[in-house]
Amino acid sequence: MNNNTEDWLFEITPKNKFFSLNLKEVWQYRDLLFLFVKRDVITVYKQTVLGPLWYLIQPLFTSITFTIIFNNVAGIDTGSIPPFLFNLAGITVWNYFTACLNGTSDTFKSNAGIFGKVYFPRIITPLSVVLSNLIKFGIQFLIFIAFYIFYYFQGSDLKLNVLVMFFPLLIIIMGILGLGLGMIISSMVTKYRDFIYLVGFGIQLLMYLSAVMYPINLIKAKLPAYGWIVEYNPLAYIIETSRYLLLGFGEISVFGLIYTTVLTFAISVLGILVFNKTEKSFIDTV
Amino acid sequence: MKKDIILKAENISKQYRLGQVGTGTLSHDVNRWWHEIRGKENPYLKIGETNDRSTKGTSEYVWAIQDINFEVERGEVLGIIGKNGAGKSTLLKILSKVTAPTTGSIKSRGRIASLLEVGTGFHGEMTGRENIFLNGAILGMTKKEIASKLDEIIDFSGCERYIDTPVKRYSSGMTVRLAFAVAAFLEPEILVIDEVLAVGDAEFQKKAIGKMQDISKGQGRTVLFVSHNMAAVKSLCHRGIVLENGKVKFDGNIEHAVSYYLSGDSEIVNQKIFGSDHETEEFKLEKISINSQGKTIYDPLSENNVIELNTTIILKNQLNKNYHLTYHLYNEMGEALFSFSNGNEEYALNYGKNELVCIFPASFFQSGQYFLSLFFVKDRREAIFIENDIMSFTIVDGSRDLGVYMGREPGYIKPKFEWTIKNN
Repeated sequence: MNNNTEDWLFEITPKNKFFSLNLKEVWQYRDLLFLFVKRDVITVYKQTVLGPLWYLIQPLFTSITFTIIFNNVAGIDTGSIPPFLFNLAGITVWNYFTACLNGTSDTFKSNAGIFGKVYFPRIITPLSVVLSNLIKFGIQFLIFIAFYIFYYFQGSDLKLNVLVMFFPLLIIIMGILGLGLGMIISSMVTKYRDFIYLVGFGIQLLMYLSAVMYPINLIKAKLPAYGWIVEYNPLAYIIETSRYLLLGFGEISVFGLIYTTVLTFAISVLGILVFNKTEKSFIDTV
Repeated sequence: MKKDIILKAENISKQYRLGQVGTGTLSHDVNRWWHEIRGKENPYLKIGETNDRSTKGTSEYVWAIQDINFEVERGEVLGIIGKNGAGKSTLLKILSKVTAPTTGSIKSRGRIASLLEVGTGFHGEMTGRENIFLNGAILGMTKKEIASKLDEIIDFSGCERYIDTPVKRYSSGMTVRLAFAVAAFLEPEILVIDEVLAVGDAEFQKKAIGKMQDISKGQGRTVLFVSHNMAAVKSLCHRGIVLENGKVKFDGNIEHAVSYYLSGDSEIVNQKIFGSDHETEEFKLEKISINSQGKTIYDPLSENNVIELNTTIILKNQLNKNYHLTYHLYNEMGEALFSFSNGNEEYALNYGKNELVCIFPASFFQSGQYFLSLFFVKDRREAIFIENDIMSFTIVDGSRDLGVYMGREPGYIKPKFEWTIKNN
C-alpha cells in the first residue's frame, strides 16, 4: 500500500495559487454547465401566458420608444437605414451585454445558499449565465433578421457586409467582456453591497455612452470635448462594428477593435483572478 | 502493514470575525493588504480567542476551529460529535471545499462529496426527473452516470408517481426523499454526511441508514458522519472525534467518544471513594462504583449491557443489629423513579467489610443521566445516614441493529417482562 507523502489527489489549503483556472475541473463539470443553462432557459417564463414571447417584446418596444424619442423627436440621422432597424440592432447587441453583466454580477450573493453547501467550480455559474443569455440573444436576433428581411423587401438600402461572418466573434467578445466585468463586480459585492446599486444605475448611464442609439461619429461631431469618453468605451466599438457588419452603416475602426480585444482579455484575466480569490472564502463574508 | 490513509488534516484552523461586518472591514482590509505587500504576517491572525459561545471575549476575531489534526483510513467510518457551536459544521465546510481554512491543510487521496443538507439546488419549477439530473450534476455526477442510475434513484425515493410533476408541488418529505436518493447514489471515495437522519419518516430513516451502511461496509468507502443521534453514530461509526470549542478533545473508539461527549468532561466518574466524612461509630462507607459487567469503571455504561452497582461498606458494630441499604433512583429531571434495597435476610450485612453488588439486567435503563440517593437503615425503621445525589451515572445508547429505530423510547427504564402467547 502506498503511503508516500507525495501522491495526494488534491490538497485543500488556505491560499490559492495566484492564477488558477482549473480547466480540467470545469470540463469535468460540463454537464452541470449545460443543466444550469437548461434550467435558466426553461424556467424563466414558466407560468406566464406569453412565455418566450417576452424575449421579443422587450427589445421591440424599446426600439419603438427609441425611434420615437431619438429619431423622430431629437432627429438623430441614420442615413438610408430605417431608424427602427438601426435601434433594434444596437439594442439587441446591448441587451446581451447587460444580461451577462446583470446575471453574473450577483453570482455569489444569489447563489450563497447552494455555494454554502456543496462544492463545484464556481465559475460554472457565471459561465452558464453567459451561455443561457446567448440563447436568449439568438432568439432576439431572429426577430432582427425578420425585420431585416421585411425592410429589405420594402426597398430599404441595406448592404450586408461580407465581413458579417465575423459578427459571432463580436458577440463572443461582448459575452466575455460582460463575464469579466460581472466576475469582478460579483466578487466585490460579497463584501461591499454598494456595488449592487452601482451596477443598477451604472448600466443605464453606460448605455448612453455606448453608442446604442446614435453613431460614434455623431457624438464626435456634436460634442468634440466629450467624444473621447465614447471613444474609449469598448462597448461603443462593438455596437458600432455590429451595425457596420449588419447594416452597412457607420465605419469600422481597426484601432478600436484591437483596443477592445486587448481590454476584454485584460478584464477577463483580472475577473478570473479576483473571482478565484473570492470563491475560497466568500461564504464567510457574504 | 502500513495504514492506508485516505484523508489527512494538518493543523487546520479557521478564524471568523464576530459582530457586524460593516464599516470596520475596509480599514482592516487595507491594513491586511499593506502587511501582505511588505511580506509581513497578517496582523489579525495573531489575535483571536477560542470559540466559546457563552463567554464574552475581548477580541472580535475568534477561532471557530483551531489546530485540528486527524487522519482517516480508507474504508473507515468516522463520527464527528460535539455540542452546538463546537466547530463541526465549520470543519465539514472546509472538508467539502465550501470555505478555505485560515491555516493548515487537508490532503486527500479521494474525491470528497458532501451531503451537507439535502435538497440543495432543487428548482421548484422543474420536474422531479429534471431535478435529479440537476442535483446529481451539482454533486459532481456526469449526465451519463445519472442516466444509468435513474431508475434506481426514482425507485429508492419512492416518488415515482410524481416524477414528472414540478418539485414545488411536492410535500417537504417527498423533496427530502428525492434529494437523499440522488445523493445516496453518488460514488465518491469519501462521503461527508451531516444530520441527514433528522428528516423523513421512520420508514425512510431505516432506508437511509441501511444505505449508508451499504456505502461504508459493502462498498468500502470512507464516510465522515456528523450527527447528534448517538445511537446512529454508534451503530455506523468505528471511530469518533469529539470537538469542543473548536478543538479536538477526544479521538478514538466510538464508544469512548460518545461517553466522553455525554459526560461532558475528561473523566468518567463512575466511582466514588469516601473519606472520614462518611464514617460514624457504627459504619464506614468506603466506596460506590458502577460499571458494565466485565468492564472497568472507566468504560461507558451502555444501555444493552448488564450493569453492576458496587457498594463497599464496613460495619463496626458487633451487636447483631439489622442494617441494610436503600437506594433511591432519580432521573435527570429530579423525579424519583423507584427505590431498591438489600432489605432481605439473605443479603444481610455482616460485621466487617461487605461488598454488595446489585445487578441490573441488560437493556433495563434507557439512555440518560441518573442520580442515586443512599439511605443506611437500622432495624428497618431508622435511617441513620442519608445522602442525596451520592452518585450519578450516565447510560449511553448501545449500538443497535441497522435499520431499526434510532431514537429514544419514552420513559427511563424498559424492563423486560414475561409474555405468553397463544396461537390458535
